[in-house]
Amino acid sequence: MMGETTLARGAYGLAWLKKIPLGRIAVILVPMLWLAAFFFIPFLVVFKISLSEAAIAIPPYSPLLQWDSSSSYLTFSLNFGNYLYLFESRFYLDAYLSSVKIAAISTFFALLIGFPIAYLIARSRPTVRIVLLALVILPFWTSFLLRVYAWMVLLRKDGLVNDILLMTGIIDQPIQILQTDFAVYLGIVYTYLPFMILPLYASLEKMDLSLIDAAQDLGAKPYQSFFLVTLPLAKAGIIAGCLLVFIPAVGEYVIPALLGGSDTLMIGRVLWDEFFQNRDWPMASAVAVMMLIVLVIPIMFIRNSNKEAE
Amino acid sequence: MSAFPNISTVQTQSVPSWRQQDAKPFVQIDQITKQFGQFTAVNSVSLDIYRNELFCLLGGSGSGKSTLLRMLAGFEEPTSGRILIDGVDMTGIPPWERPVNMMFQSYALFPHLSVEANVAFGLKREGVKSAEVKARVSDILDMVKLGHLAKRKPHMLSGGQRQRVALARSLVKRPKLLLLDEPLGALDKKLREETQFELMRLQEELGITFVVVTHDQEEAMTLATRIGVMNNGDIIQTAEPHEVYEYPKSRFVAEFIGNVNLFDGVVVEDERDSVSIQSPDLDAYLQVDHGISCAPNQEVSVAIRPEKIRISREPMDIEVNGATGVICDVAYMGSQSVFKVRLASGKYLRITQPNVSREMGSRLTWEDAVYLSWDADSCVVLVS
Repeated sequence: MMGETTLARGAYGLAWLKKIPLGRIAVILVPMLWLAAFFFIPFLVVFKISLSEAAIAIPPYSPLLQWDSSSSYLTFSLNFGNYLYLFESRFYLDAYLSSVKIAAISTFFALLIGFPIAYLIARSRPTVRIVLLALVILPFWTSFLLRVYAWMVLLRKDGLVNDILLMTGIIDQPIQILQTDFAVYLGIVYTYLPFMILPLYASLEKMDLSLIDAAQDLGAKPYQSFFLVTLPLAKAGIIAGCLLVFIPAVGEYVIPALLGGSDTLMIGRVLWDEFFQNRDWPMASAVAVMMLIVLVIPIMFIRNSNKEAE
Repeated sequence: MSAFPNISTVQTQSVPSWRQQDAKPFVQIDQITKQFGQFTAVNSVSLDIYRNELFCLLGGSGSGKSTLLRMLAGFEEPTSGRILIDGVDMTGIPPWERPVNMMFQSYALFPHLSVEANVAFGLKREGVKSAEVKARVSDILDMVKLGHLAKRKPHMLSGGQRQRVALARSLVKRPKLLLLDEPLGALDKKLREETQFELMRLQEELGITFVVVTHDQEEAMTLATRIGVMNNGDIIQTAEPHEVYEYPKSRFVAEFIGNVNLFDGVVVEDERDSVSIQSPDLDAYLQVDHGISCAPNQEVSVAIRPEKIRISREPMDIEVNGATGVICDVAYMGSQSVFKVRLASGKYLRITQPNVSREMGSRLTWEDAVYLSWDADSCVVLVS
């Protein structure tokens, strides 16, 4: 339901895979496979747990199927109580909304920053292009956790960012960057930027440049040819990139936990607390499943509107 | 290379402007040079194009013809020199402000817009009112016979239909000058011929000056009022189609346009009304009778078109302008036959003959010994 196929179809339909040369498929396949292995299979397990009851046991929840040997009953029990509680409690709704807000703003900035980068790569000479693409993918070679920790060091009060701001005289006292929403936005945009750049690059690179000439020849100034030709033709890449950033950002835990403050409310952290502090695995699983449903509905909507447009 | 159906001479009953001494050119290309790094794409080209002309820039790939066209459109700034269109210096004027439209070789139709929206694109940028946009778009689509496909997207059209959308889109703004980059290149032969006549009809109806870039000499011959033959960044001859064919000025033009037999030789006699040239490939002298001036002992080439050589099995006296040989290849092409004849010197000549008779029996065939002759005014002396 939430695996690579949903994402790919949501973006363009699978036909686009055939049109793209092997190299580019490989480039996009990296995040896709990553998503399949770390989202889809765990999801099935989580869904099962969400329908059980919390118990003091190992594992800490009741099984769905229970064989009572004394009465010869096989009971199959589904517990929807966790889901009902999600709707009754204001806390969870706030967490969902706050997560969606943070993810949406981060996605917007990732698009704003990623588009010019993708454009530059797509328009550069082939030899330079390979180097630039390699640089975009390079961060995948180091641990994501390590890179977020690195930001903690950079953003601290005695970190590099504050040092530079002090040295240049922009501020005269170290400012609080770490443990703010700003640090969370920064972390998310930084982490997910490659997922934005790669699909954008793929759609910009295949664009016929004579279309820009044609637009200008017909009287379009450069900004008009950008908004009337380049942008509409990059639409598929924009949608794919935004989904690839927005979806994981909504459920992000590590970045708000390490870079955010105590008031940064994100559904990922709520999940963490349910699992490790309350040890209520079924409730935590219900929160996770609900999050996916919240995400899938708009994706299906985008997919359908795309199909109609074609 | 039989006679081309040159329609363009029919439309100009009065003396065309490029033959008049004092006519004012519409497009003036003045000493234009374009360099890309060390490479000179266009080398100090000067050219005048007159109003209502259908001017063809003809050349092979890398001859600079497309660069010249892109400079007219404003996509490339010349390294030196200037272009005047209707008296206005175009230096520094960007493509979106030039009174010029272009039809691209790839057509460059916007894939996300319908046929209608593609054609309307230019008018909307001009700020034309939407009612007028609608009227003009539907007029021009009717003109290219595509009114019924207005709502389609480009990918739902055939190659010929896309070509007509591209044409409509470039004409709808009523440019002073229309540039066409290989307009018929992507069409199949039959469609290409139809479209050639279509283009000429539109050009006449709308009274827009056309500049066409092509590598196809037949296309240039059919369409053009005048042809500029380009090679290595230079225009090496500018003339009307028949003149380019019958009176090429250089070996390159003679060989590039149509087929030609070339003899290298030395001037042996230079008289008032004729020149005799001796070629090591021929026993008889070549005698050329039209106005050329050259010095005795000068090395020249003589060009003779394949259809201007008479071929026969009947023996004849050959004093000048003739040869004997053996047919070593025959190609039957329906309307004509092409013979490859080997001379005693080992040189091969190409000769075409119309197939006047339907009988095969009396036809020339392989291994026939033949006598060749041609007229003194069929030869062209080339000094370069």
